[in-house]
Amino acid sequence: MNLVGRMLHRRLVRVVRWNEQRVGAAKGIKAALRYVFPDHWSFLLGEIALYSFIVLVGTGIFLTLYYIPGDSQVIYHGSYAPLAGQKMSDAYRTVLNLSFNVPAGLLMRQVHHWAADVFVASIVLHLCRIFFTGAYRKPRDLNYFIGLLMLMLAILEGFAGYSLVDDLLSGMGLAIAYSVAFSIPFIGAQLGYLVWDGPFPGSSSFLPRLEIVHVLLLPAALAVLITIHLAMIMRQHHSQFPGPGRRERNVVGTPMWPAYALRSLGLLLAVAAVLFLIGGLIQINPIWQWGPYHPYLSENGAQPDWYIGWLIGALRLMPNLEPAIGNHTIIPNPFWGGALFPLVVFGVMFAWPSIERRFTGDHRRHDLLDRPRDHPIRTAIGAAFLSWVVIIFAVGSTDRLFFRLNISYDAQIHFWRIGVWVLPIVIFFITRSACRSLAASDAHPLRAWQGSVVRRGAGGGVEILAHSADVVEAPVSEAPVGTVPGEESD
Amino acid sequence: MVALLAALRLLRRADRRTPLPVEAEREREPADADVDPNERTVPGNRRAETLVAALLLIAAAFGFAFTAVYILHGNTQLLGIAIGCMLALLAAACVVAGKFVVPQETHAEPRGPLLIEEQAEGVAQMIEDGGEGISRRALLAGAGGVAGVALVTAAATPVASLGPRLRGSHDTPWHRGVRLVDDAGRPYLASDVEIGSFYTALPEGSDAEELGAGLLVVRLAGKYLQLPPARRGWAPRGILAYSKICPHAGCAISLYRYPTYQPTSVGPAFTCPCHYSTFSPGEGGRLIFGPAGRALPQLPLMIDDQGYLRAAGPFTEDVGPSWWNVRKAES
Repeated sequence: MNLVGRMLHRRLVRVVRWNEQRVGAAKGIKAALRYVFPDHWSFLLGEIALYSFIVLVGTGIFLTLYYIPGDSQVIYHGSYAPLAGQKMSDAYRTVLNLSFNVPAGLLMRQVHHWAADVFVASIVLHLCRIFFTGAYRKPRDLNYFIGLLMLMLAILEGFAGYSLVDDLLSGMGLAIAYSVAFSIPFIGAQLGYLVWDGPFPGSSSFLPRLEIVHVLLLPAALAVLITIHLAMIMRQHHSQFPGPGRRERNVVGTPMWPAYALRSLGLLLAVAAVLFLIGGLIQINPIWQWGPYHPYLSENGAQPDWYIGWLIGALRLMPNLEPAIGNHTIIPNPFWGGALFPLVVFGVMFAWPSIERRFTGDHRRHDLLDRPRDHPIRTAIGAAFLSWVVIIFAVGSTDRLFFRLNISYDAQIHFWRIGVWVLPIVIFFITRSACRSLAASDAHPLRAWQGSVVRRGAGGGVEILAHSADVVEAPVSEAPVGTVPGEESD
Repeated sequence: MVALLAALRLLRRADRRTPLPVEAEREREPADADVDPNERTVPGNRRAETLVAALLLIAAAFGFAFTAVYILHGNTQLLGIAIGCMLALLAAACVVAGKFVVPQETHAEPRGPLLIEEQAEGVAQMIEDGGEGISRRALLAGAGGVAGVALVTAAATPVASLGPRLRGSHDTPWHRGVRLVDDAGRPYLASDVEIGSFYTALPEGSDAEELGAGLLVVRLAGKYLQLPPARRGWAPRGILAYSKICPHAGCAISLYRYPTYQPTSVGPAFTCPCHYSTFSPGEGGRLIFGPAGRALPQLPLMIDDQGYLRAAGPFTEDVGPSWWNVRKAES
């Protein structure tokens, strides 16, 4: 070691000793530095969600320093000429001002909006990975529930965020939200009055309420849940795919320090880079084009952010069923698509681990992941359920197909009212047979592989494990091991 | 990005050519393992180190460029490119460093049990020990439960302060005699309303931000007028007014179709752009397509001596979304 190296080493030791004398955390720090992350690209989806959240918090702090949640109507005299002289709320005016007059304000707003879309998208993809690899099984079922809860909060948070702007699009979204609240049987109308502090569009306390929900209550709840989510992962250690040397009782991967820390920091920076590049270069939610909201105005062909699309689709697809007894409306129509549908979707996802346990009788602990093909029924049910939600999501854009391709809107709705039940069943059978044939041939689903399975051995040599001709036995997941009596059952 | 990918590929190749010094670290081998996954290689890749340093320095240049663009009042695109490229290059530096500069290690860590039977027993025992010597358990538990319910109820009660008690319906400013004006406050003359267009009307002198304020006004040719008998007098000179708020989900209705070519056109209709509920203006707002559970509420109109449009009475149905008591007894 040279002189500089020795000096740096002494300084580092001094810093560590300083910390130890006060905190005494050496054991924990060593464990954290050695913490093992199994390598698989699909494990990064959750990290992308986490890093989008960090970008959201950072850009959100900037935005909240400019936003005023005011509902008083003012006349616009700002720098965006096409809206000059228009009557608008103070809230909308401050967001216009942020977009046109604050240096880097529009960049921050657009990055924030893109990051919200990426945040929810990466949570949904992460959820798909968790489902199709069976990662939600014991001991991770509790963490899966926390993840589902975070997805619900993330959707609410996104909706609250773009509703704050009080442009025409966000006002329409709030009108629908108000109607869905009103549609809850018996208590809905009173609930709507409590949230909006009176009839829509609400009193002057509504926007401040929405703001505090968006900038404090929901982000704080998400931050707490993220912390619990990560702490539980650390306690249980990551799940892993089966592979050479990978067992139920171990975890094989890259230790946190230094390689994984650098790669993960790289992912954080890459997520931020993509968000800032698209936030700077690709326009999103040009609020000045929608104009200010007034209850008597609406925008034709408007589409919400993608994560609200499934609810719009459900509201559009639902027939005009509104059962009433005498003069009393039992279930107002928006309840079906706006409240019952998301409740069913989340209800099924929450119930799934126990449904599967009941049918398979498998109460064991699982730390090795499944390949989707190895559980054809689960994968087929998941694909069918996902397609059901995706079809309803796609129905939310039937009007776009009508305007662009002139396919009759009515005909599309009538078609999908049946198709939404038939197509998932077809997808169930296709997926099941695809899984079975993949499991039999053991080919890669996208590229039936050609070549050899190799491993770099010690000394840089290459060790051939198998050729495509003599396909290796799939690394079958071994029977889960209950290490201690009692671990195997509930 | 392309350059980065090329660099990465180059590094991989270099990696393959030169045998690397290896320190195999074998420890804690699982007894039943046929393959030992533990592996540690120390790279000593000077090329990668140079690349990382270069990436960091170019990233720094973009970082300073961001500040420069900001000072020079650069636009959103330039700001985004500067900070985005800085972050992308930092990301590249981290990934290259993580893959080619620092030691590469695969480590197998044993995964301990979560449930240890004696420990679980011990926790349960400790909790139970805290109740040692208590004889009237049921009484205490019952009283505690009642107090708990009372506490939660008391804590939840102020929620009722969040909003007013629900009144009968959505009030609207419309009653007999209120003049129809446009969004600039100009009153509508009956002669302003032409066949084939639709007009948005607001109540004169009232708050336009109320849900029930906005009206749709159209004039229909006589053959399309098929109002229920009770509403015969509601459409003077074929001019009709409806609430602009869709009774499905509260959006403003802003699509109107009127037959332009008789042999193929269907009848006149209002459509809400949110969920495409479609209503027939000639038939008292009857729903002809879409999810709405009720007809569009109609407002009776009259024309005063000077030819201005005025409401001939209030709405007889509730305006806005449906709820428990939305179908009040027709007055």
